[in-house]
Amino acid sequence: MSRVYECLTKIGETITENKDFLTDLDREIGDADHGINMTRGFHAVAEKVPSDLEDIGAALKKAGMTLLSTVGGASGPLYGTAYMEAGKVMAGKTEMTAEDFKAALEAAIAGIQKRGKAVKGEKTMLDALIPALDAYTAAIEGGADMGAGLEEACKAANEGIEFTKTIIATKGRASYLGERSIGHQDPGATSATLTLETIRDFVKA
Amino acid sequence: MVGLVIVSHSWKIAEGVKDLASQMAPGFDGIRAAGGLEDGEIGTDATRIMEAIQAVDQGDGVVILCDLGSAIMSAETAIELLEDEEGKYRIADAPVVEGAIVAAVEAAGGEDLESIIASAEDARNESKL
Repeated sequence: MSRVYECLTKIGETITENKDFLTDLDREIGDADHGINMTRGFHAVAEKVPSDLEDIGAALKKAGMTLLSTVGGASGPLYGTAYMEAGKVMAGKTEMTAEDFKAALEAAIAGIQKRGKAVKGEKTMLDALIPALDAYTAAIEGGADMGAGLEEACKAANEGIEFTKTIIATKGRASYLGERSIGHQDPGATSATLTLETIRDFVKA
Repeated sequence: MVGLVIVSHSWKIAEGVKDLASQMAPGFDGIRAAGGLEDGEIGTDATRIMEAIQAVDQGDGVVILCDLGSAIMSAETAIELLEDEEGKYRIADAPVVEGAIVAAVEAAGGEDLESIIASAEDARNESKL
């Protein structure tokens, strides 16, 4: 089993373990399908990505294509694009350096921004991912390795989740709720943070 | 001839709109439904949309009609996957049922991409009462 495949399946396991939690968060401010959709998507990823594929870029691209066609909700094209863009950065590589991870996360975030036409502060996954990238970048520029950088990234992402509780949703289904969305954490920011935490644990293990 | 793709979260809606629009354009077979997920679940699937676009693309362009939310994002993803540099695959900012009927009639009549998009988008302004 390749490292990248193992990491993708670990992300899938985390999402599956948190299926009801993510769906409940989405019930409060959305259409109650985020956990269900993401779980379905990552089950398909585990099936469709070849388990011995060593090319990280090819594996991420295949994972992205699979998410596009199996998730069903808005997180399909958003996460699908994120993984595909990260895959472009990692094309042909069989190992990932701390710098590679930064470039891949940057590309993933740019993909999500392009696809969702969203910016930070709209109660979306970007509110976890952008601070995470900033914290990661600062850490590795200060000499931290990938694991230590991810530790900082996860702290920032969790603070990002807390921040989403304080703001009004202006994108997606939650935007119909207006001010009533305040007090609730964003499901997308939550699944994005769970993803980063899984990668952190995988890298540090 | 311009092709037409109907995108909905629901397989039944997409198929139904296709049937409804086809009835207004007898003999026109340039219309495909891309609704739901492969297993029939509610959702949108960028790769199904991409395949539907390819199936109706005769070189004169394809008009895509979408329901809401992720349908738009999935359709945009599909267009990007097809590397459409000439801009011949276009999402109409139009109501899916009325837009599809207008677009089918015009596409069957041999109208070009721009005028079909304009007419479909005009359907938004038609009052029902």
